Amino acid sequence: MSVQLLPPIGMLAELTHRCPLQCPYCSNPLELLKANRELDTSTWIELFNEAADLGVLQVHLSGGEPTLRRDLEQLIAALAGRGVYTNLITAGIGIAEGRIEALADAGLDHLQLSFQGARAETTDLIGNMRGSHEKKLDTARRARAAGLPLTINAPVHRLNIEQVPEFIDMALGLGAERLEIANVQYAGWAIANRNALMPDRDAVLRQMDIVEAARERLVGIMNIDFVPPDYFATYPKPCMGGWARDAFMVTPDGTVLPCHAAQTIPSLTFERFPERGLAEIWVDSPAFNAFRGTDWMLEPCRTCDRREIDWGGCRCQAMAIAGNASATDPACVLSPLHGRMAALVEEAIATAGPSDARSPEALIWRRIGGAPTAEGHETRQGAAVLAE
Amino acid sequence: MTALSHRTLVTMASVPSLPTHVRIQYDPLRQAHAVLAPEKVFWPNEISLDILRKCDGARPVSAIVAELAVEYDAGEDDVAADVIEFLQEWSDKLLVRA
Repeated sequence: MSVQLLPPIGMLAELTHRCPLQCPYCSNPLELLKANRELDTSTWIELFNEAADLGVLQVHLSGGEPTLRRDLEQLIAALAGRGVYTNLITAGIGIAEGRIEALADAGLDHLQLSFQGARAETTDLIGNMRGSHEKKLDTARRARAAGLPLTINAPVHRLNIEQVPEFIDMALGLGAERLEIANVQYAGWAIANRNALMPDRDAVLRQMDIVEAARERLVGIMNIDFVPPDYFATYPKPCMGGWARDAFMVTPDGTVLPCHAAQTIPSLTFERFPERGLAEIWVDSPAFNAFRGTDWMLEPCRTCDRREIDWGGCRCQAMAIAGNASATDPACVLSPLHGRMAALVEEAIATAGPSDARSPEALIWRRIGGAPTAEGHETRQGAAVLAE
Repeated sequence: MTALSHRTLVTMASVPSLPTHVRIQYDPLRQAHAVLAPEKVFWPNEISLDILRKCDGARPVSAIVAELAVEYDAGEDDVAADVIEFLQEWSDKLLVRA
């Protein structure tokens, strides 16, 4: 390997795939795991201890909806006991009275709360749950009252991209010190819904101007992190900061992955904790070593000056669009397939109606057993066109 | 923990502190001090650490500058400019309250 192997800094723990929401761009895999596949409390704690030993400094507790785990306080306390910084990534629905205070008491450091829209009707539509927006507002207020610092996460796509100014005002009003404007990444469920979710170029450019101006205006008041939309990019993002470079994730059943969508790369096989220890997986797992560093790269990445800036971009996007996980991420202007990204945008726009008038029937909801089959997918896309 | 409504400008009279959710922690594995913050990890150098450790919510910037000038055997004016610039940057990132 051409680049020195360092210990990981961050870990994303998907404690469960259960979730009250059904967001059509969910980063969970299409094949969701049921509760009976989840690791138990003691196994998660064992895993967290190994992660701390390995060098992990921050753990992001996510899902699904992590607060559905009744042992969440115990898991947070175990991490806090090892000095690991804990970040809860929650949809903020159905959190019992007093629970947020209990999580803070257990040692939770930070809470990230998602909003599917800045307007109640949008949040309720995208998550497919009536009343969810109000519950989220309540969760934000309770988190602040419990003394927790708050990040608002706004996944952005065609159906809410015009609400970016409202997201900014809402986050300020809720006392958030951080706002993530995250353009949806097209993997898994989001690929199944790509035509419905893809914004047009003008909306993307307007959004970028709004975010840039707000960042300047809000220096020292609120931090805005911006995840740019790959399909409109010139260069790819350094996905995960580089494959298996300083972070990894664990699925509800203990499968250890370099990134969310890694299981969409059919040539790779992944290992599970506790069958294999985290340190061994980090160092030795063939899946982790498959795209680590730069030796695996093909041209144009292999000799590119940017190869240790963006690390070839996203392997899963290369798989999804180029059909080859070793290819340059087609988000890169240097990829021979870069034009395919623009073509996919055009295809999506051609089938899209007005951004605020889309029928929910056009969306494939994220739920267990809800994954589109190849044939079913065509049918749903057909329905989407007819619904316009 | 109330959210800020305006940008804080750091002066010699400011009394900086680290928010409870921003902490300096020694990492024995990497043999370095990390600053842990919401979804971010920073690796400040020795001088930065010396400044951050003095941000205890009791000492004003003027006192921090005077101490550092002695410790580093440097002129107070130069130290003041560097310390204020550093704390302004960290305050702008919401990592220091001033």
